Amino acid sequence: MGVEVLAISTDSRFSHKIWQEEELSKMVEGGVPFPLLSDQGGRVGTVYGVYDEDAGVDIRGRFIIDPDFNIRAMEVLTPEVGRNVSELIRQVQAFQHVVKTGEVTPSGWQPGKPTLTPGPDLAGKVWKEWKPDLAF
Amino acid sequence: MTDKKDGCVKPSKGVITTTPVGEAPQPTMTKEVNMLQARVGKPAPDFELSAFFDGGFKNVRLSDHKGKWIVICFYPGDFTFV
Repeated sequence: MGVEVLAISTDSRFSHKIWQEEELSKMVEGGVPFPLLSDQGGRVGTVYGVYDEDAGVDIRGRFIIDPDFNIRAMEVLTPEVGRNVSELIRQVQAFQHVVKTGEVTPSGWQPGKPTLTPGPDLAGKVWKEWKPDLAF
Repeated sequence: MTDKKDGCVKPSKGVITTTPVGEAPQPTMTKEVNMLQARVGKPAPDFELSAFFDGGFKNVRLSDHKGKWIVICFYPGDFTFV
């Protein structure tokens, strides 16, 4: 897929180093293969709408940015619930497909499932192309 | 000012705005209104932060990855468990 990943928390870079060396490297051989960024003070988290001033941390927020530097998708959760990585991957695949082909991906799209080509011919005819069971 | 070695404190630029220098401020606008905010379909606010990567410390700027697909993940803290 060719995606650059950046992970950001309000921890210091020293904390990131120890976390990578002491824990992450035990989960992923060689440690995670992307930079761990330090947003001390939450300046960047504030602009991205994820900085919790009361707790002093950046909550769980994930943003997909396209090659033209536009934000395509965002998901923000309070910290108690973890992310769904397969949904992130699916969204990246869908946006990459849209940019490449000009087709659009209906609800529940996965690689290999039918896409739609927007235009006047499709108006009122989506029911022929897309059935609700494709949403799952 | 000379470039400091990577000591205990290493400043990074944080949020980087592209408002042209010398542009006259709108009379009715407050500072808050001018603030950048991440939104879908809009350009990603640029930033530079210090980072740990590949065994060392360095500053990472978001726009250095322009031209590629990028995923940014904020998380509440190192050593957390979800």
